Amino acid sequence: MDPARQSSTERWREILERSLDCVHCGLCLPTCPTYRETGREISSPRGRIYLLRGVAEGRIPLAAAVAEEAYLCLGCRACETACPSGVRFGSMLELSRAEVEVAQLRSGWARRLEGWALRSLVPHRRRLRLLFDLLAAVQRLRLDRLARPLLPRRLRELHALLPPIPPKRDRRPPPEIVPARGERRGRVGLLTGCIAAEAFGHVNRATLRVLARNGFEVVVPRDQGCCGALHAHGGDPETASELARRNVAAFGRADVEAIVVNSAGCGAAMREANAWIGSEAEAFAAKVRDVSEFLDAAGLQPPGGRFEARVCYDDPCHLVHGQGVAEAPRNLLRQIPGLKLEPHDDPAGCCGAAGIYNLTHREMSNAVLDRKLRALAAADPDVIATGNPGCLMQLRAGAARFKLRARVVHPIELLDAAYGPDA
Amino acid sequence: MSGLIEALASVVGQDGCLSRPEELLVYECDALTLHAAKPTAVVFPRSTDDVVRIVEACRRFGTPFVPRGAGTGLSGGATANEGAVVVECSRMNRILELNAEDRYAVVEPGVVNADLSKAALPSGLFYAPDPSSQLACTIGGNVAENSGGPHTLKYGATTNHVLALELVLPSGAVVQLGSATGWTVGYDWVGAVVGSEGTLGIVTQATLRLEPIPEGVETLLGIFADVVAACRTVSGIIQSGLVPAALEVIDRRTIAAVEASVYAAGLPLDAGAVLIVELDGPAPALPAQVERVRGIAAREGATRVEVARDDAERQRFWRARKGAFGAMGRMAPDLYVHDAVVPRARLPEVIEKVCAIGDRYGLKLSNVFHAGDGNLHPNISFDRRDSDELERVIAAGAEILETCVEAGGVISGEHGIGSEKRDYMGLLFSEADLDAMKRLRTVFDPDGVCNPGKIFPTTRFCVESNPRARGYDRVPLES
Ligand SMILES: Cc1cc2nc3c(=O)[nH]c(=O)nc-3n(C[C@H](O)[C@H](O)[C@H](O)COP(=O)(O)OP(=O)(O)OC[C@H]3O[C@@H](n4cnc5c(N)ncnc54)[C@H](O)[C@@H]3O)c2cc1C
Ligand code: SF4
Ligand code: SF4
Repeated sequence: MDPARQSSTERWREILERSLDCVHCGLCLPTCPTYRETGREISSPRGRIYLLRGVAEGRIPLAAAVAEEAYLCLGCRACETACPSGVRFGSMLELSRAEVEVAQLRSGWARRLEGWALRSLVPHRRRLRLLFDLLAAVQRLRLDRLARPLLPRRLRELHALLPPIPPKRDRRPPPEIVPARGERRGRVGLLTGCIAAEAFGHVNRATLRVLARNGFEVVVPRDQGCCGALHAHGGDPETASELARRNVAAFGRADVEAIVVNSAGCGAAMREANAWIGSEAEAFAAKVRDVSEFLDAAGLQPPGGRFEARVCYDDPCHLVHGQGVAEAPRNLLRQIPGLKLEPHDDPAGCCGAAGIYNLTHREMSNAVLDRKLRALAAADPDVIATGNPGCLMQLRAGAARFKLRARVVHPIELLDAAYGPDA
Repeated sequence: MSGLIEALASVVGQDGCLSRPEELLVYECDALTLHAAKPTAVVFPRSTDDVVRIVEACRRFGTPFVPRGAGTGLSGGATANEGAVVVECSRMNRILELNAEDRYAVVEPGVVNADLSKAALPSGLFYAPDPSSQLACTIGGNVAENSGGPHTLKYGATTNHVLALELVLPSGAVVQLGSATGWTVGYDWVGAVVGSEGTLGIVTQATLRLEPIPEGVETLLGIFADVVAACRTVSGIIQSGLVPAALEVIDRRTIAAVEASVYAAGLPLDAGAVLIVELDGPAPALPAQVERVRGIAAREGATRVEVARDDAERQRFWRARKGAFGAMGRMAPDLYVHDAVVPRARLPEVIEKVCAIGDRYGLKLSNVFHAGDGNLHPNISFDRRDSDELERVIAAGAEILETCVEAGGVISGEHGIGSEKRDYMGLLFSEADLDAMKRLRTVFDPDGVCNPGKIFPTTRFCVESNPRARGYDRVPLES
């Protein structure tokens, strides 16, 4: 059932239904980043499920503690990978956050700003572009560095996350159709994203080049937009559904075999779009593939060049836990001549970015990030590769804080480099 | 009560003390949801000193307390009876020393079992007791329950691996029991505390024996048409003089649940049971042992025997075994994991009786167990909201225990008595036995403030009477 159209009663009934999958075994506890940090049952998957069941059964009211936990959870879904009983916590979480919003249990200026940004900024291409024009100008004039000491702490930390904004010409949308090179193997669509389109245009262009090199014609529908993941995770199923509908229509018209996504968070959300808007999204959802999964399944054209580096791959939660894709990106990287894939101790743990979590829950986000950075520091790679814009920003900020020498890039950039410059 | 909470918070800080009703709700039970009791507060000590001061505060206010690890216990051992304060050890999770030369580790109680083996790996060592919950459960809980695991068959249970303990007594005194050398001088205090289910004090440090990682490992998967044939194979292997590291049986219903879960290992869905046999030791000795096991399995009617080709395949077999309990959650909202031990030779016959009991009560009963130890785990899937089904689950459970005791077995192998089986102690022990045990407890905890209401029967007359006729003493879900 479409959560946007569900009544509260229906949502709680669904939460209760889903909570019954949990047998209370506790096997998920150690994989949960917030449990690992706090040691608190209430901040563990099992505890959160018990709590929600308690509310659904009327044993406790929907009180502040429940709202706090609904948002202290990173939504990383590591608990789903660990759960032998098949609990789908991600969707329980979305439902419960929607209810927390209905009950207006979160308040304050930060919450209002978040709501405004998610509804009035993120879904609108032109407004986003204007914002990034402004940010780019500020960065070029180094105004941000000058102003930094004057900023309140929260904004200073936000600033540390911000990647260098590319000049305007590099933020131009890619062509609507990129032809295949060599033998044509098919026609696919590409999601360019909302913020990613502005801040990670180079990743989109690398994706287009690699897909073309592999014989795929790529359609980049002009009327596509934000996937709605941030909204669904933020307790706003209405906007999430609206945005999903827009993309279903845009990619429906594009007539493609697969919808390739290079952002794990978007991919996971799009794969579940039918959970929000029902059967009209079924065909769409079934076509969504992460770029690594798509290329690995299609069979990668061997890269001609070399890329000499020791690389640590780090799993984005919404790829490994949300989409169950762990091996594909590693397989691709192993096929790059010269590249040495190095293991590290905490590849599948959350990095703490979690959408806008690193802005709303700074302290926990940093604690979670530090654990991963300690593991990465011990492995000391030349490059850290991860396939999600939020994780890229978070790991970059963290690597700078830990003074790691590693560059942090999207795996597709390494493939692109290994293919060498376009002939 | 707020005085107590303030006193606790002054020890561990606001962040280390939970007392809101929602926060307390999630601590009302462990992995056995049948028994629930809400604590007054939950505190998170970070040191032995914190524990001492918490105990002293509780004593001052006359409130009992109960230690807790990860809450994966299956006998309602960590539930907070009588409004006890939960002393949650999850933040005491440091490995204090890892001595590769003398092969021991000194750890705090909140260290997760699997993390210890992981830390010991670079030294070529491991911590042998490996409960199926090892990714989550803590050393404190393991010590309290004398936990076992698949490899207990060869390596022994927790009690064979605890060299020394630091214990905060219910008086607040700190005592050191045993020594890292493993030699006992005077009374075997460590032996008394291991398996005491948190009723003698709070363990704040444990010195544990580590084992060298064996040179070679072979893991076999025998496939059988029925559980009885698998059990006969187990008896055959033991009689042959082989000492496998593990002998685990998984029955058909469990296979179906596991194969539907993330722990799917490609077990055959049409098999009546599979038997995991693990052999370890010096590598040159293993091929001959593998052949002997193959021979015995074939003789007892195995339809097929597979040998894990590599480490990945071995891990897959074990993941299936260790995820089995949780996977059962797919069958119904609740799971009652029973635990009893019978002499190995009687396994086939007891298993048949146990299945018949399940059928007679119309319950979904499945079996996955440490066959080599004769340690049964009949699992009953049910829905606690269905009161009629709940009655049948409890009645069937009682009959299963009686059946095991009649066959010369005991009512718990490794999950402990806790709240769950306290009223069945009379099946095994006389009044005099129980009285002696109670007096031992009194030595440590004269006022009965440390984990009250566990292990000992709550009713006196229950001892001789038939538990079915008596009606089970069930703690209501709402407290
Ligand atoms: C899926 C699953 C599989 C399991 N498999 C096995 C298995 O193969 N073998 C096995 O033996 N058990 C098994 N168990 C049961 C359980 O995991 C063990 O009993 C485990 O030792 C409990 O550890 P815990 O940290 O979760 O302790 P808890 O459940 O928190 O507590 C258990 C008991 O220990 C006491 N305790 C905790 N910490 C301390 C301390 N510091 N000092 C004194 N007392 C303390 C508590 O008061 C309580 O009585 C399994 C459970 C599950 C859910
Ligand atoms: S692992 Fe799954 S079944 Fe077990 S407690 Fe966690 S959510 Fe519940
Ligand atoms: S989604 Fe992540 S943070 Fe939330 S309960 Fe699951 S594991 Fe913990």
